[in-house]
Amino acid sequence: MTRPLLTVRDLRVSFPIRPSGAMPWTRSRLLRAVDGVDFTLPAGQTLGVVGESGCGKSTLARALIGLVPAKGRAEWIDGADLIGLSPRRMMAYRSQIQMIFQDPLASLNPRMTVGQIIAEPLATHRPDLPRAQIRDRVKAMMDRVGLLPSQINRYPHEFSGGQCQRIGIARALIVEPRLIICDEPVSALDVSIQAQVINLLMRLQADLGLSLIFIAHDLSVVRHISDRVMVLYLGKVMEIASSDDLYSNPQHPYTQALLSAVPVPDPSQDPAARIVPLRGELPSPTDPPSGCVFRTRCPRAAARCAAEVPVLAGSDHQTACHFPGPLTAQEIARARTVEAA
Amino acid sequence: MVIDERKMRSLAARMAQAEVRGRSPWADARRRFFRNKAAMAGLMILVLVALFAIFGGQAAVWSNEELDFSVMGQVATMGAPSWSNGHYFGTDDLGRDLFARTVQGTQISLLVGIVGAGIAVIVGTLYGAVAGYVGGRTDQAMMRLVDILMSIPYMFVLILLLVMFGRSMSMLFLGIGLISWLDMARIVRGQTLSLKNREFIEAARATGVPTWRIITRHVVPNLLGVVAVYATLLVPLMILTESFISFLGLGVQEPLTSWGALISEGAGTMNYGTLWQLAFPLFFFVITLFGFFFVGDGLRDALDPKDR
Ligand code: SF4
Repeated sequence: MTRPLLTVRDLRVSFPIRPSGAMPWTRSRLLRAVDGVDFTLPAGQTLGVVGESGCGKSTLARALIGLVPAKGRAEWIDGADLIGLSPRRMMAYRSQIQMIFQDPLASLNPRMTVGQIIAEPLATHRPDLPRAQIRDRVKAMMDRVGLLPSQINRYPHEFSGGQCQRIGIARALIVEPRLIICDEPVSALDVSIQAQVINLLMRLQADLGLSLIFIAHDLSVVRHISDRVMVLYLGKVMEIASSDDLYSNPQHPYTQALLSAVPVPDPSQDPAARIVPLRGELPSPTDPPSGCVFRTRCPRAAARCAAEVPVLAGSDHQTACHFPGPLTAQEIARARTVEAA
Repeated sequence: MVIDERKMRSLAARMAQAEVRGRSPWADARRRFFRNKAAMAGLMILVLVALFAIFGGQAAVWSNEELDFSVMGQVATMGAPSWSNGHYFGTDDLGRDLFARTVQGTQISLLVGIVGAGIAVIVGTLYGAVAGYVGGRTDQAMMRLVDILMSIPYMFVLILLLVMFGRSMSMLFLGIGLISWLDMARIVRGQTLSLKNREFIEAARATGVPTWRIITRHVVPNLLGVVAVYATLLVPLMILTESFISFLGLGVQEPLTSWGALISEGAGTMNYGTLWQLAFPLFFFVITLFGFFFVGDGLRDALDPKDR
């Protein structure tokens, strides 16, 4: 069996939170942004990561490229553990893992030309390359992502949002990485342009054999592009399964609630009849509920859910729930009445 | 194969296309600035004042130290501005040519303003950018130091310095330089903090761009707008400070002079009918301040990122 590109085991990220105006001796509380995430990513595949904002998906991405300190293991295909690598040794992997950001314009330095922006990773990792060659590569890459190479001297503010995201993609691809982490790359774009960018990513992935970690807050975007999908809630994995399996046969109540909100193309179904509302607010991550973190909003929560932390169980389709399975009509009705009350 | 060849050819054609020139944010700002009438008027004034300071000496008939004995003692009647005796701006109380004195005062005042603002720009920008970018305890310590220095009534300290160590130009520069960078450091730090969390900095860190390159290529160029605006507003502030000190009689020493010193002298003799002794230095002082404020305002409007 070939080794997966990336194997993540028990990845944890926590931030100390100091209440404002705290005295130096008060203990700061820990915010567990990512709490024991496991997954494997085979080479050439795409892992979708979904969850509400604040569930730790962006932090997960930043932990993998060493922007925030993390604990646990993230094993690269060559056996190196990316977590806790010294900055100098990490340099070698920074060209293999690149990132695409959420806000296309904000991720580009307004004072640099497109050519300078796209060339920066290349100039960082291949300082031996002559300028002319860098320029040629930048132009070829611009062409590849659907930008006109003649626009190499333009500045980011002269481009539309979709074009800016293409610039971001070109910057990520220029060092020929093996993994690209896409942090909600399309949520700031118009719907029509979202499709273009996603199609571009999928085409590039097929051409170059890339692996992607594709983060989004809604399931419909992820479904199209992912091989496997991971659902996060308060920094924990709720359910992880192959894309088809997760969408056709969701087991975790949270996944079902998320899926119920995805519009379906079938007009005969009344959307209002399907939606499972999530009652209440997202609990504060500094003070997560005991046992199952989802229990405060789960229509099926029972006494056991408060006492015991459910572990991620299953082989291919893994669920972290004591009582997995499709929600019954009764439970959905209950969720609605609670919501209405 | 045919398709591939065609693809390749079209790619080659696209690669060879002439490169379009971009509109940099700086060029945009420059255009907006040049369209701003008040700012352009301010800039014109400043250019004229600078020319006056640089070449005024050549136009003077008298040097700034010579005493004109023909007007001495009867300055009120004989020392008035006139073309015939070469005292274009009249003479001061001792019979010295006020034109030459004003040229000299302009030089000194502009020098104080520009050097003071220059110190603020260099020290303040570096200090603020480092504090903001490094963050954590370093930032805490560095900014507390600024707070402490700011809480000292600087005018008082400046006067003490001048009294204790004697009135010299270097002491004046030192004193003004010491206080001028504090505000700048604060402003730059604030800007750096907000820049630091922008995604393009994160992108650079993620690819492993070294810290110094991030500061020089990503942080500082994006700070320059704010720094430029603040520096142009700082120059008149420095001039004002120096003038105030000189007005109190603690500034530059004779035979050197500055606008503040000249205005002070002029104000002292106002009652004897020698109004020109006040009017000429005051005129230059006021138009220069206006010039700087207009230019500063214009720069702020031009560099304001909001309308982008
Ligand atoms: S463990 Fe209990 S509370 Fe958590 S999702 Fe399952 S049923 Fe709901």
